[in-house]
Amino acid sequence: MALSREQLAQRVAQELQDGYYVNLGIGIPTLVANYVPKGMEVMLQSENGLLGMGEFPTEAELDADLINAGKQTVTMATGASIFDSAESFAMIRGGHVDLTVLGAFEVDVNGNIASYMIPGKLIKGMGGAMDLVAGADNIIVTMTHASKHGVSKLLSNCTLPLTGKGCIKKVLTDLAFIEIKEGKFHLLERAPGVSVEEIAKLTEGELVIPDNVPEMQF
Amino acid sequence: MAGFDKVVSSYEEAMAGLEDNMTVIAGGFGLCGIPENLIAEIKRKGTKGLTLVSNNCGVDDFGLGVLLPDRQIKKIIASYVGENAEFERQMMSGELEVELTPQGTLAEKMRAGGAGIPAFYTATGYGTPVAEGKEEREFDGRHYILEPAITGDFAIVKAWKADRYGNLVFRKTARNFNPMAATAGKITVVEVEEIVEPGELDPDQIHTPGIYVNRLIQGSFEKRIEQRTVREK
Repeated sequence: MALSREQLAQRVAQELQDGYYVNLGIGIPTLVANYVPKGMEVMLQSENGLLGMGEFPTEAELDADLINAGKQTVTMATGASIFDSAESFAMIRGGHVDLTVLGAFEVDVNGNIASYMIPGKLIKGMGGAMDLVAGADNIIVTMTHASKHGVSKLLSNCTLPLTGKGCIKKVLTDLAFIEIKEGKFHLLERAPGVSVEEIAKLTEGELVIPDNVPEMQF
Repeated sequence: MAGFDKVVSSYEEAMAGLEDNMTVIAGGFGLCGIPENLIAEIKRKGTKGLTLVSNNCGVDDFGLGVLLPDRQIKKIIASYVGENAEFERQMMSGELEVELTPQGTLAEKMRAGGAGIPAFYTATGYGTPVAEGKEEREFDGRHYILEPAITGDFAIVKAWKADRYGNLVFRKTARNFNPMAATAGKITVVEVEEIVEPGELDPDQIHTPGIYVNRLIQGSFEKRIEQRTVREK
């Protein structure tokens, strides 16, 4: 079975480490916050200027001056700090964020990522995504492995305009956990019940398959 | 106004001198921390042909979006847009020029503009459409592109508190682009929720020193929420 959105978030959460500063993109990445292992301290960075993002507010706590990068109202965790946008991206660009999780339309074997623009459709913009992929060393891209029509999103060359060049090393799809190195995809894990053959069929870029590909554990 | 007193008495006075075809830098992220009354004054004045520099362009009836129906914006430099139907229509028809700029690069362009730095190298956008036509250079084996700074004829800023000298304190994530915007305007106009006397703000707690501020006005704010998300209990 392909992973659900929640399982994708759960699997990403297994990559968290105690004391990590983490930036979570909009969508599935945001759900990762729900699966931080007990006893582990993680601080969430929101690129509009908040380190230490808390949960959504109650009606009583609602504050128009306190939002996340998705423009949702949030709260501050204990020990949070607030700063301006230049400072926020100094953290990001300067490589101070330990883990960045974001979505994509396509990735390729050279670590290129396309995530912000489909020509001919409305172009809303890259927001902070280009800075995040350029600045972070440890990035996990979460995405579906293929389109609804079975067209692979793990390619030998991205077809859409790039968000970043040569910056992605790890991709978690609904079918597999994949590492990108030396111009190839390397299959690390497969979703429970998903066969290596199925993953290979839906991976257009070159895929290296080791003898033993463990199932993800939840 | 006398000495360092930056306080003006009306929004008309606050935006005096804004003319057609000028560049205006605006603080705010989404609808959070936007100078909503200064934007409303630009709408009232009917100034046209403006180049707006702002992370976003508001929604249909609030924020910078209110400048769209009368075609007051010629060009917008932003990182994320299109939260409004009129914006989409004007962009698709070519009436509105849009220069998409990565969010961190946009913040740094304002910061550099205000700090006398004409341009800077960044890895952000290398190998993407953002790099087109820009100088590229390698430092220690990494690729960077040269991004020019931005300054504005006007900067419009929302802060929480100020003293009459224009020393500013921002509140929570309403800070966002406002401090950088404040530095990058030839004329920087700030609206705040409360003005106090000089000496009442702790100098250690001031986010933006008054040297950057030319005009200051106290307003009342709607502070509309774009994505109202709450939890139970």
